[in-house]
Amino acid sequence: MNPWVDFLLDSLGFGATFMYGSTGEILTEKAGHLNLGIPGVMCMGGAGGCLMLNLIGESALPPFLIVILGILASFLTGALMGLIYSFLTVTLRANQNVTGLALTTFGVGLMKVLMSDKTRISVKRYLVTPKQYFRFPFAGRSDSLQVLGVMFFLAVIVACLSSYVLYRTRTGLNLRAVGENPGTADAAGINVTRYKYLATCIGSGIAGLGGLYYIIDYMASQEAYLSIEAYGWLSIALVIFVLWKPHMTIPGSFIFGVLFSCSSHIANIPWITVTVAAKPILKMLPYLFTIVVLIISSIRNKRENQPPASLGLSYFREER
Amino acid sequence: MQPALQLKHITKRFGRDVLANDDVSLDVYKGEVLAILGENGCGKTTLMNMVAGIYFPDAGSISIDGTEVVIRSPKDAFDHKIGMIHQHFKLVDIFTAAENVALGLKGKGGNDIKKVNAKVEEIARRYGFHIDPKKKIYDMSVSEKQTVEIIKVLYRGADILILDEPTAVLTLQEIRRLFEILRRMVADGKSVIIITHKLNEVMEVSDRVAVMRKGRLIDIVNTSETSEGALTDMMVGRKVNLNIARSEPVDPRPRIEVKGLNLSDAEGVRILKNVSFTARGGEILGIAGIAGSGQKELLECIAGLQKPQSGEIIFTNPKKNRPVTFFHKQLGQIRHMAAQGLFHDPDGNAVKLGGLSDKQVRQLVQDEKILFNDDEVMSLRDKTPLEIRDLGVKLSFVPEDRLGMGLVGSMGISDNMMLRSYRKGQGIFLERSKPKKLGEDIVRDLDVVTPSVRTPVRRLSGGNVQKVLVGREISSSPKVLMAAYPVRGLDINSSYTIYNLLNTQKEKGTAVIFVGEDLDVLMALCDRILVMNSGAVTGTVDGRTVQKEELGYLMTKTHTEGEND
Repeated sequence: MNPWVDFLLDSLGFGATFMYGSTGEILTEKAGHLNLGIPGVMCMGGAGGCLMLNLIGESALPPFLIVILGILASFLTGALMGLIYSFLTVTLRANQNVTGLALTTFGVGLMKVLMSDKTRISVKRYLVTPKQYFRFPFAGRSDSLQVLGVMFFLAVIVACLSSYVLYRTRTGLNLRAVGENPGTADAAGINVTRYKYLATCIGSGIAGLGGLYYIIDYMASQEAYLSIEAYGWLSIALVIFVLWKPHMTIPGSFIFGVLFSCSSHIANIPWITVTVAAKPILKMLPYLFTIVVLIISSIRNKRENQPPASLGLSYFREER
Repeated sequence: MQPALQLKHITKRFGRDVLANDDVSLDVYKGEVLAILGENGCGKTTLMNMVAGIYFPDAGSISIDGTEVVIRSPKDAFDHKIGMIHQHFKLVDIFTAAENVALGLKGKGGNDIKKVNAKVEEIARRYGFHIDPKKKIYDMSVSEKQTVEIIKVLYRGADILILDEPTAVLTLQEIRRLFEILRRMVADGKSVIIITHKLNEVMEVSDRVAVMRKGRLIDIVNTSETSEGALTDMMVGRKVNLNIARSEPVDPRPRIEVKGLNLSDAEGVRILKNVSFTARGGEILGIAGIAGSGQKELLECIAGLQKPQSGEIIFTNPKKNRPVTFFHKQLGQIRHMAAQGLFHDPDGNAVKLGGLSDKQVRQLVQDEKILFNDDEVMSLRDKTPLEIRDLGVKLSFVPEDRLGMGLVGSMGISDNMMLRSYRKGQGIFLERSKPKKLGEDIVRDLDVVTPSVRTPVRRLSGGNVQKVLVGREISSSPKVLMAAYPVRGLDINSSYTIYNLLNTQKEKGTAVIFVGEDLDVLMALCDRILVMNSGAVTGTVDGRTVQKEELGYLMTKTHTEGEND
C-alpha cells in the first residue's frame, strides 16, 4: 500500500480515539457541565474493558459476545466515573473544574494500578486474543487498514447518532435548553437534574470507549494504556475545534490524527529532515489549530457556534 | 358561577421574619381580566408564583373549577392549564420561537418542529399576534419575546393566563396591541390575571381589581365602580406614625445639582428621562418610586458608574473658609489658584505666593494658613468614580443581594474597610492597623453582632452586613451620602440604627440622598421627597406636609409629555 494512504488510514484510526472522547464530552457540555475528567474517564473506560476481557478473553464465548461484553464493560466503567462527577457537580454543586481535574488524577492513577498488576492481568487474555475479534473485518492485514475495526465504525455511528439526537429530537432540544438556560428549561417542565445526570453519564460512557479502542484496537500494545491521558486532553480540545457539533468530530478527529501523527511520517519524506527535538513541536499542531478555530469563531461571533451559555455553572432552582 | 381559579387563605413566609402573603383569598372567573394592583414588595408576584408552581404555599388551598389541587412545580401548573408569563422572560436565546414553544413537551415522532411551526402560526392568527416561528430569540425585540412567551403558554392549552408586569418593557403601541390580544383571549373564554402597579392600565383593561398591600388583600372591586383615586388610597393605606427624630435642616445649600439628565441602556431603552433636582447639604432628600423607575441608575450616574447621554451634574464642594490641603490639590495648582486670588489667610488678607519657595508654601499649607475664599464648583460628569469618591461623594449602595456591590463576602470587616484605603499605605505593604481599628469602631458604635472583625462578612446577618457597609461609607465624613434601600430586609431595631446614622450625617451638614420603598419611612425621615416614575421626575414634595395619597398618586402618575418620541 502507498505509504501516504497508509498514513491517512492510520490517522483515521487514531482519530477515532478522540472521536469517542469528544462526542462524550460534547454531550456532557451540552448539559452545561464542563467535564475536565475526560482523560481519567477514558483511562478508566480502557481499564474496565480490559479487565472484562481479561476475564472472558479466552473463554468459549462466541467472539461477537466477547466484543460486546468488552465494550459494555468499558462503557459502564466510564459511566460510573460520570456518575461520580455528576453526583459531585449536579447534586452537591461542587466546582466543575476542580471536580473534573480530580477525576482525571484519580482515573489515570487507578488505571495504572489496575493495569500494571501483572499477576492477575494476562496480556494474552485481554489483548492478544480479543484483538482479532475487535479488528473485524480487517483483522490480519499488515497495513493500517487493520485498525479500522468494529469500534472504529461504532465511533462514527455514535457521533452521527449524537448529532441526530441533539439537533433532530425533542430530547436533544430539551438537553440543549438545559445547557443554555437551566432556569428556562426548569420552568418549561424539564427535569434538569435528570438530563444533566444522563447526559454526563452517557457522555462519560462514550468517552470511556475511546480508552478501550486505543488499547485493544488501535495500538494493540500492552504499553498503550500509559499514553491515554494525553489523548483525553486532545479530545477536550477537539470539542472546541468542532464547535460542539458531534458529527463534526468525524472530520475533526481525522484532522487531529493527521496533525498529531504527522511528526513521525514527515521523517519519511526524503527532502525534509526532522530532528528528534522537532517532533514534540509538531505534536502541538492540534492545539495550535484549536486556538486558530477559537479565534476565528470568536471573530465571527455567530451565536450558534458559542459554547453552551451556562457551561460550567451549577444550577439551583431557588437561587435567584 | 363556579370560579375558574379559587385561592383560599393563602399564607407564605420567607424565613422567619418575612410574611409575604397573609391569608389571601380571591376568585377568578372564566372570561374576565383580573388586575392585581399593589406597590413593590406587597406580595402580588409571590401570590401568583404559588399558582404557577414556583413557590409552594405554607397554608391555604388552591382550587381549579371547584376541585382542590396541589401545584408543586411549573409542570403541575401546566397540567392544570395555568400559564404564567414572568417579568424576566424564560427563553433560550439561540433557539427559534417554535423551538422555545416546544421546549419540555412530548413530541410526536422525531423531527416534528414543522408541525410546531404550523401550530404556532395558527395560534398567532387566532389571537392576532405577529410572529415568525423560525426567528431566533436573539434577533427579537422585547415585545416579540413577550409574544413568544404568551404563545408558549397558549400552545400548552392554558385557560388561566397570569402576566407579571407585562407592560413594563413595552411601548405605548405595543401595550395597546397586547391589551387587544388579552381581550380576544377573554372573549375566547380564558381567564387573564395581570399583575401591575400602573393605575391607568388597570382602568383600561381589567374587569375587576384586587388591591394588595404588605402581603394582605385589601379589597376586590369592580373596575367600573371605582376610580384611580380610590384605588390609590387602598394601595398606599393610612399613614403610620414612626417617631423618627427629624431635625430642621440647618443652612441648607445646594450640594449636588442635577440638570436634564438622560440615560439609555445598551438596547436604547430610556432609563432616565430629563431628570433635574437639587440635593442640599444638611438635608435628607428622599427618592420615592416603584422599584426600577431609574433610582438606582440615577445614583450610579452621580457616582460616576454610569455615563449619561446628556445633562449636567454639578457638585459644590463646601470649601469656603476651609484650609487647602494636598489631599485634593497639588503644589502647582495651589500656586496657580493663589495667583488668581482664590485664597485668603486666617486674618482675611489675600494670599500671594509669588516670592515664596516650594518649602515655604508646603509649610503654609500644612499650618492651614491658606483658606478658600469660596466653595468649589465642579462638574462630576468628567470625573472618574475614584475621583468622585475622593471628593466625598459616597454611594452606599445596597443592592438586591447585599454583598453584590461594596463588600467582599469572604473577607472580614477590617479587610472590607481596606477596600477603601488600600491605596493609602506606604510602600508595597498594606496598612492594616487603621482599617482594623475602624472596623472595631464600627462594630462597637453600631452594635454589629459578629464574633470578630476577621469573621467573613457573608456569615453575618443581613442587618449587620448593612451596618458595616453604611458604617464604612460614613466613616470618612462624606459630603454627599447616597443610600439605596439601606433598610431592605432589616428588622425594626437595625432599621432605626440606620435612620439615626443618616440623621447624624444630615446634622453634620452632609447632603443625604435616601432611596426608599416604604412611604411611611420616607415621610418620617426626609425633608424633601423626589418622586420618580418610569425614569422621569413626577414631582418634588415637602416631607413634613405631604399626604400619602399625593405620593401614591405621583408614583403611579404616567408621565406623558415627551413619552412618544
